[in-house]
Amino acid sequence: MPIRFNHKPGLVVYLTAGDPSLEATREIALAAIDEGADVIELGVPFNDPVADGPIIQRASERALARGTRLKDVLVLCREIRAARPNSGLVLFSYLNPILRYGLSKFADDAASAGADGVLATDMIVEEAGEYLAEMTRAHLAPIFLAAPTSPDERLEAIAAHSVGFVYAISRTGITGKQQSLAVDAAALVARIRRFSGSDGTRLPVAVGFGISNADHVAQVAEFADAAVVGSAIVELIERSTPETAAGAVARFIKGLRLPQTALAR
Amino acid sequence: MASIILPANPSESRPGRFGVYGGRYVPETLMAALMELERAYEIAKADAAFQAELNELLTDYAGRPTPLYFAKRLTESLGGAKIYLKREDLLHTGAHKINNSLGQGLLAKRMGKKRIIAETGAGQHGVATASACALLGLECVIYMGEVDMERQELNVMRMRLLGAEVRGVGSGSKTLKDAISEAMRDWVTNVRTTYYLLGSALGAHPYPTMVRDFHRCISREMKAQILEKEGRLPSAVVACVGGGSNAIGAFYEFIPDRQVRLIGVEAGGRGTVLGEHAARFQGGVPGVLQGTYSYVLQDDDGQIALTHSVSAGLDYASIGPEHAMLHDTGRAEYVSQDDAAALDAVKKLARTEGILPALESAHAVAEAIRIAPTLPARDILVVNLSGRGDKDMGILARELKL
Repeated sequence: MPIRFNHKPGLVVYLTAGDPSLEATREIALAAIDEGADVIELGVPFNDPVADGPIIQRASERALARGTRLKDVLVLCREIRAARPNSGLVLFSYLNPILRYGLSKFADDAASAGADGVLATDMIVEEAGEYLAEMTRAHLAPIFLAAPTSPDERLEAIAAHSVGFVYAISRTGITGKQQSLAVDAAALVARIRRFSGSDGTRLPVAVGFGISNADHVAQVAEFADAAVVGSAIVELIERSTPETAAGAVARFIKGLRLPQTALAR
Repeated sequence: MASIILPANPSESRPGRFGVYGGRYVPETLMAALMELERAYEIAKADAAFQAELNELLTDYAGRPTPLYFAKRLTESLGGAKIYLKREDLLHTGAHKINNSLGQGLLAKRMGKKRIIAETGAGQHGVATASACALLGLECVIYMGEVDMERQELNVMRMRLLGAEVRGVGSGSKTLKDAISEAMRDWVTNVRTTYYLLGSALGAHPYPTMVRDFHRCISREMKAQILEKEGRLPSAVVACVGGGSNAIGAFYEFIPDRQVRLIGVEAGGRGTVLGEHAARFQGGVPGVLQGTYSYVLQDDDGQIALTHSVSAGLDYASIGPEHAMLHDTGRAEYVSQDDAAALDAVKKLARTEGILPALESAHAVAEAIRIAPTLPARDILVVNLSGRGDKDMGILARELKL
């Protein structure tokens, strides 16, 4: 089903699948959806995650050490879809595991597991000919990253090829928490908006990288459609036990929508 | 079998593609920098002033042209084909790597980038880059796996003495692959101010093409030198292949000369099981690693495999995309030599010729030692001796019980 943001701002929650276990990831995802996460990004663990900072690197290592494989993530996706038919589900992966699985088979199996879309971290629009064809054939939404360094002509292509939403990277760098939201982010979203369609059919823009508290989410709400929270939640899971992680993530997400301090503006 | 990602229009031969291999698979944040680099390189390449400046440095600073040396005693001891050594080991800093470090260093300076980052495996690219940065007045940060820092400690000290900051990488296998990933993370964070001086014919376009171009001088000189000495082309050119920079430099000008065999030698490590070697064409499957589509040693879930080689410079899970194409088209042959053969080759060359090769280059020497006796005396083998072995004394002392 199409990805929808039912909240203002929308909330996208990234989880490294299989950390600390596939069962725990399922419980955390369901708790996150019940607390109002509009989209769950299920991260496929990879052992050379060049775009990720230490928190997600460690989570990937833990998931791989437990033997998590792409086919397991697809099973997890199917379980979450069965339990929560209306939530957005996106598979988030580096390219190599997808290529090894087989691009066409991956598209078929992701769709049949109930995924709405796919975000491949190291896939850029110029290289995406066959990838886009497979996504379209399987009715999966291809989601591309947009960066503060992307020139306008690239943003135009990224908006033209993305379905569901565009993932705007708030700053140059790798994934991880940060103190304040980069000034880059609002400017980037404004530039994407010039290419992402008019009001009625406008493609939503989600802002991610470094979003780690309610203030950040409130700031994102002023200029974008949704916030992506990844490393902050993955770190919370790292500090929790498998039994307490889902509850801790639920409380954290509830807190994200209730700014505890007034915005300093 | 992995599916092959083709350009949107396969009839369109795009820059950066070597058959189906190569391309650009990177986080979007790096795309603007790669496009800027591509443009800057195209302009520099066509600029006579840039080429003249580079040539002057290659000649007066690095020591080009390097000799093509007839290894008479080695040849006689093997009986068979004549063996010539292309002496890249005599270059300043001790390996072919300086060709590329000077080229890209000059390019970075033209582009107004003041901060240079690089990865290194054996430390030869790190030392070459640290030297180029000292020469050109650029800040230099080198990423190196902790395993490699330990086994190539001498090069770590050289880099520090040359003014570079060496940052140890403790993730993954703590070798070259992890150093490249950490350098990419630095680049993605500091992309507006930083130039990534990649040291092999790997990574996203334009690196494989640019790095090859900066090493083309190897085969250009080889060809002229062998024609002058022997009046004919060699039967084969032999080079070791890690990422593949010295090999592509040694092969490139001979690609149209179909009668010249091109032989790339991968690291056979200590066994044929995945994880025990770095022979990408024996067990590797096409995939994407660190920006390019090429053969990758990986498990059946697409996770990158651990690799092993006694030589840090060959200890890498993927291979330059142009080699993948030369392999598939059959224009080049790829074989492997294991740790023990490489160590024997070091000893043999040292004792017959008084030349101490780098452990990487020793893999090419080992292949020449294997095939020379099987070939007629009129055949000529040119071995690219890509680096010298001083850096390996710690390992050699231990392995050869010196």
